[in-house]
Amino acid sequence: MADVSLQTTPRARSGRRNLRLWLPLAWISTLVLAAVLAPLIAPHDPLYQDLFLERLPPFFMAGTEPGYWLGTDSLGRDVLSRVIYGTRIALCVSLIAATATCLVGSTLGLLAGFFGGWWDRVISRLIEIWMAFPPVLFAVLLVAVMGTGLTSVIVAIALIDWTRFARVIRAETMVQAQMDYVDSAQIGGARRLTTLVSEILPNVLPSIVALLMLEMGIAVIVEAILSFVNLSLSSDVATWGSMIAEGRNAIHFAWWVLLFPLIALFLTVLSFSQLGEGLKQRFDPVLQ
Amino acid sequence: MAVPLTCPQTDPAPALFSVRGLRLSFPDSAHKPLFAPAPRIEVLKGLDLDLPKGQITGIVGESGSGKSTLGRVLVRLMRPDAGQVLLNGQDISTLNEAALRPLRRNLQMIFQDPMSSLNPRHKVWRIVAAPLARYECGSAPQIGLAERRDQALRALERVGLDPGFGERYPHELSGGQRQRVGIARAIALEPEFILADEIVSGLDVSSQAQVLSLLKSLAQEMNLTIAFISHDLSVIRHLCDNVIVLNRGEILENGSVEQVFSAPQSDITRLLLDAIPLPELDDKWFD
Ligand SMILES: Nc1ncnc2c1ncn2[C@@H]1O[C@H](COP(=O)(O)OP(=O)(O)OP(=O)(O)O)[C@@H](O)[C@H]1O
Ligand SMILES: [Mg+2]
Repeated sequence: MADVSLQTTPRARSGRRNLRLWLPLAWISTLVLAAVLAPLIAPHDPLYQDLFLERLPPFFMAGTEPGYWLGTDSLGRDVLSRVIYGTRIALCVSLIAATATCLVGSTLGLLAGFFGGWWDRVISRLIEIWMAFPPVLFAVLLVAVMGTGLTSVIVAIALIDWTRFARVIRAETMVQAQMDYVDSAQIGGARRLTTLVSEILPNVLPSIVALLMLEMGIAVIVEAILSFVNLSLSSDVATWGSMIAEGRNAIHFAWWVLLFPLIALFLTVLSFSQLGEGLKQRFDPVLQ
Repeated sequence: MAVPLTCPQTDPAPALFSVRGLRLSFPDSAHKPLFAPAPRIEVLKGLDLDLPKGQITGIVGESGSGKSTLGRVLVRLMRPDAGQVLLNGQDISTLNEAALRPLRRNLQMIFQDPMSSLNPRHKVWRIVAAPLARYECGSAPQIGLAERRDQALRALERVGLDPGFGERYPHELSGGQRQRVGIARAIALEPEFILADEIVSGLDVSSQAQVLSLLKSLAQEMNLTIAFISHDLSVIRHLCDNVIVLNRGEILENGSVEQVFSAPQSDITRLLLDAIPLPELDDKWFD
């Protein structure tokens, strides 16, 4: 028995590791498909209100109407169609906002960590000042000032969350900058910036990717929060956050309006964070 | 204080490096007053020395005596506070990085810890090819990637690693193989000078012997000038032509190996010599 378990352990571990990669990928691919094909696969217009069909329960309960799989909300709009259309906003925000956040934060972190001195003093002070603001309040304020809309949501996320990248990447860069391969690059005639990009960056890239995935999940949540407080997009666009906000009012007699977008949100955030870890393990030559 | 000790009788080789009055200090942040700059600790206290062309010069001394610091000044990873570092007659002690870059091709270094000096994310061939790429760019326009890779593989072959190793990552090599990669990178540019800072201290005894004999034969083949920093006097005795003994940033001994080992000038050297079991090494190592 001991033999058997010894033999299967590595395989089981790599299987679990793969699962960590493939399950999130499967869910995110489903979301991408849903977002792209929304007009084709959504059974109903996500905005069409039919007051005769309000608060229909999902398919597994009594008193349903055929074709309304996940029921309808208080205005008679199809929940499934709204969840499907909601992926568009969720993915759009998470992709663009997280990438922008990542670019700004990682660049500043790399510069501060590698060049030190004056660069580090300025960037570190900036991070400290930034982090003194409570983030959600900060986001609400920003969007209130810039006006609602997709662009302001994205800008708000990037402006708030770049410090997460900057802090972590700065610390990792400082560790890498102590390594002899940096001196070795200088001995080999490399310029400082070349060393940063071609020697240090590959070593902090796994962390950047993991953070990026985490940030994508966070961006979805922030968008949902802003929708929840009615600051994201106008109410004629279906978003998970606005569904959750509306569903909250009817939670005692139509809990499904709240539950399904919440599940979608939860799975998406979880998938992104697991994908980050999974990717790190899968594509890191040193960890293999 | 430090009297330059030269050995004019048997040493006609011209100097590749001539160091005069070399001083270097570090700020002592542990004793920094609140509102004043930190006091400075002198690590190199006015060194004068020559490194003869085509010879291996050993640098010994106890921990903290300034060996690595001296080496780092020679390859200009550090800038001295005062003094001259003449490389073929040109003072490089005050050159800026841009002016140094063309000279760096000639000043290579092998590091103590290959785990730290070989980038873990780069394949071995890329590690060796990177400096090649930088220096070939000027002369031969557009050397292809394949060509550069071949050059790197040839350098690996010279240190006894066959081309298959080129596709590996550093963590997939043994300690001795890693250190060979470090040597391959240093010799790939065909430099005049190599600084070897305790390059075998992380290796087991048999890998040590192999790496040292490799270094010795490459040095002869390529007519390299080497500064070999070590703790181990028995290694120095077998490998080096000259030896410099450092103590607290000052030179105690400077001369040919036979001269210093047979007639040490200072008590400290005598103590060092007495402390080591000399006939530990076998001359067959270097055959
Ligand atoms: N970057 C630095 N900042 C401050 N002090 C330093 C720095 N580098 C070296 N020193 C100090 O300079 C002295 C000489 O250091 P160095 O590394 O040259 O010694 P070494 O002879 O190479 O010793 P070892 O045999 O342990 O490698 C030591 O006292 C060390 O603490
Ligand atoms: Mg040292």
